[in-house]
Amino acid sequence: MDKGLKLLIVDDFATMRKVIRNILKQLGYENIVEAEDGSIALRVLKSQKIDLVISDWNMPNMTGLELLKAVRADEELKVTPFLMVTAEALQENVVAAVKAGVSNYIVKPFTAEAMNEKLQKILG
Amino acid sequence: MDVRFINAFLAGTTDVLRMMAFVEPRAGKAFLKKDNAAKGDVSGVIGLTGAARGSLALTFSEPCILKVVSNMLGEEQASINGDVKDAVGELTNMVSGSARKKLESEGLSVTAAIPTVVSGSGHSIRHVLGGPSIIIPFETDDGPFFVDVCLILTNGS
Repeated sequence: MDKGLKLLIVDDFATMRKVIRNILKQLGYENIVEAEDGSIALRVLKSQKIDLVISDWNMPNMTGLELLKAVRADEELKVTPFLMVTAEALQENVVAAVKAGVSNYIVKPFTAEAMNEKLQKILG
Repeated sequence: MDVRFINAFLAGTTDVLRMMAFVEPRAGKAFLKKDNAAKGDVSGVIGLTGAARGSLALTFSEPCILKVVSNMLGEEQASINGDVKDAVGELTNMVSGSARKKLESEGLSVTAAIPTVVSGSGHSIRHVLGGPSIIIPFETDDGPFFVDVCLILTNGS
């Protein structure tokens, strides 16, 4: 898998962005950009080439689900791989994310191995 | 309190600490808390509604949370700073999510609010319901932490 891919982490908690960045670094990914919510992420996606979005669900301004829908509705962004990271493991959330076209879904808490497995499924 | 609650929060807490912070917590015997004083230096509190309502608090001793957050971030933490408080909120959110997933499999659908974080020696935890809560004490190699749950089944659940 290409470790030079540019990954976008979207989470309103700075600490959680650091946790995910730390895990991605352990997995060999160094080309990482961050956004604090869905609306900022959308601006980042429109201004630079992003190979994969890793987004939290619950965020102010624009949630992860709203961001996913906006990405899938955008002609230029719609094929961007999208991994949802959330503490919301309830069945209705999974169904909503799948309906909106999520590439895969990882539930907090997770290990670096679990993250690697999801990335391989999406990018491999 | 329903034993399903205790089991879900016990397992959720252990999973979160083990997976996100590589810390192996050892659970002690649960007991009834009679006052509001937290038994630690920083706490995350989250409200819960749905099939059960009430709140959950995670209260950490300073050495314990510094080790947990240092492991989570891959950066040494020397004091209870903004990053540590932020992490306590996120840990509370994750324990709640993990426990709610387990409760859902028992037919109890519970939703959570946004966590808040309180710090300072001897701070108090005031649960939404105001009644007595159950404390599950945990020990780690770097000090204790406590899971403090005050939950009741909603009518019809």
